[in-house]
Amino acid sequence: MSMATLAAVSPQSTPTLFHLIVGQPPTVWQSLLLSVILLAVVFIPLVLMIAMFCIWWERKVAGHIQSRIGPNRVGPIGLLQSLADGIKLLSKEDLAPRDSDKFLFRLAPYVAFTPAFAAFLALPFAPLLVFEPRLNSGVFWILAILSVEIMGIILAGWASNNKWAIYGAMREACQMVSYEIPLGIAIIIGVMSAGTLNLVQLGHLQSGGLHTWIIFRNPFVSGAFLVYFIASLASNKRAPFDLPESESELVAGYHTEYSGMRFAFFFFAEYAGMFVVGGIQAALFLGGWNDPFGLMGYYFHRFASDPQAHVSGMILLNLFGFGIFTSKCLAIIFLQMWLRWTLPRPRIDQVLYTCIKVLLPAAGLLLIGASLWELFIPERDGLPWVTYQPFTLAGWEGAHGALITQTMLALLGLSFIGLIMFWAMLAISGGSKVKKRLTEAAPIP
Amino acid sequence: MNPFAAQFFSELDATALAQKGLFYLCATICLLAAAGVVASRNVIHMAVSLLFTLLGVAGLYFLLNAEFLAAVQLVIYAGGTLILIIFGVMLTSKSPLSQFQPRRWEVIVGGVTAGVLLVGIWLALKSSLPELMRTPGVTAPATGPQYPVRDLGQALLGDYLLPFELASVLLLVVMIGAAYLAKGRRRVEDAPPA
Repeated sequence: MSMATLAAVSPQSTPTLFHLIVGQPPTVWQSLLLSVILLAVVFIPLVLMIAMFCIWWERKVAGHIQSRIGPNRVGPIGLLQSLADGIKLLSKEDLAPRDSDKFLFRLAPYVAFTPAFAAFLALPFAPLLVFEPRLNSGVFWILAILSVEIMGIILAGWASNNKWAIYGAMREACQMVSYEIPLGIAIIIGVMSAGTLNLVQLGHLQSGGLHTWIIFRNPFVSGAFLVYFIASLASNKRAPFDLPESESELVAGYHTEYSGMRFAFFFFAEYAGMFVVGGIQAALFLGGWNDPFGLMGYYFHRFASDPQAHVSGMILLNLFGFGIFTSKCLAIIFLQMWLRWTLPRPRIDQVLYTCIKVLLPAAGLLLIGASLWELFIPERDGLPWVTYQPFTLAGWEGAHGALITQTMLALLGLSFIGLIMFWAMLAISGGSKVKKRLTEAAPIP
Repeated sequence: MNPFAAQFFSELDATALAQKGLFYLCATICLLAAAGVVASRNVIHMAVSLLFTLLGVAGLYFLLNAEFLAAVQLVIYAGGTLILIIFGVMLTSKSPLSQFQPRRWEVIVGGVTAGVLLVGIWLALKSSLPELMRTPGVTAPATGPQYPVRDLGQALLGDYLLPFELASVLLLVVMIGAAYLAKGRRRVEDAPPA
């Protein structure tokens, strides 16, 4: 990707929302104040609300997969259950075991939660709804800050001075050492195809419809997405890789000794982490805030050419982008939940085997393949809607091979998703019959 | 906002002030945590203090517009090395509350090394600091390269390819050594009892 095309969507050349609404760029004091207000009023509630919603959703999904109803008492369809649980946890006693390392025990939840929160600051919710769009290595920054989260979990297990907790912490450390490398390589493959680490620019590069999404750029990137998804399950401590907190063997793993709000912090960290990891997948592979038809990109560039005339349009566009990005993240979280309540848990050595002996070679091979692809198959250089038209053949001179591959892969992806949805519908309709048979007893003859 | 406050704020150079404030914040975190590393007796406490030192240094890199370096700092030191340190302690230590008791000669060797390093840094700073102070743009070039990551990659895999590859050969040697040691131990354990 040439630098000139990327410069067209660099944060310096696009207006900020503040600039659009107020009519002039913010002064330094205003932007400082704005950042503080955004952090306090938007981001902290956003993270907490996402976490609380996901906890409720997880229980609901688990209930339905197990032919139960799930929480349904507090609020409409049980939506306020997490809030009630939060109030309960707040009012509980803040205990620390007598023989624990008190200082580290108290510190650990914050070390686990803060990075998950800080990673939100780089997520591109919409073209202009990013806390820090100038972060040139956004993808890498999220990876880096999430790796600090592990430290909090290991500290929690260690400071508890409890066998189960230490086992959980040890497993987390083992697991982390093994999944981080395939995870990193999978991200490198995606970044290699795009040519930038900036999450906002990544979003603009994928704005030309389904076939310009990075996951469909070439077959190796699609493979890398699969590797990343599996490794991210391990990084989120989600089943089948939830060894650090496996309830059936380790009581609750690393957070066995925690109660009250400190326990809640671990939960918030876990669900916020799931959202962030889903956000990387959405932003790096699945088109970010863009819809499959390229409308977001088309209207963004149209509005951006004359921003003052399209203020309300721009705001609406960003709200739509926020909705699309969040739904993509939630879809990935749903996939993680689905897997969690379906698959059994392997042993820790099987997890390490999977990460080091299966995912790592697979990622390495994909890296070699992707490099060769980049060398020999000319890709469409430039930004959709700015330097070329994504939906006409005319803009693709010299890159017909790339166009054919991308279209084929996109169609393949679409049919795959269709197949999964068809299967799920089949399962749901079949499941309701089973449920009826189980719950409504047949009359005794 | 009343006119006096408006004048006060307009006369303050907000960017410089914010940069200075953040610099002192990061530097304080760094120094306090580093003191914690030295003063603590518990290895895990040292590791945690080291974590905060590294976070402080990453913050300083951020202030210098070297965000990639800050992320590398977090991934490699905070995410990798520290986890390995704690992992090692967990595998070998008997109790979470076990104390670290250095011997006298260890203290002396450590003190001498630290002293030599301090003198070296002092001498280096003494010769270059006046010049650095005179240069106006010490903090960050406002019109620097747009894609520092790209330049870094070009430098590592272009101009400095040989040192880069030599370092990776060193790492390979270390890895082979570790694999050999781990394998040798297992062979002894697996041997049937005589």
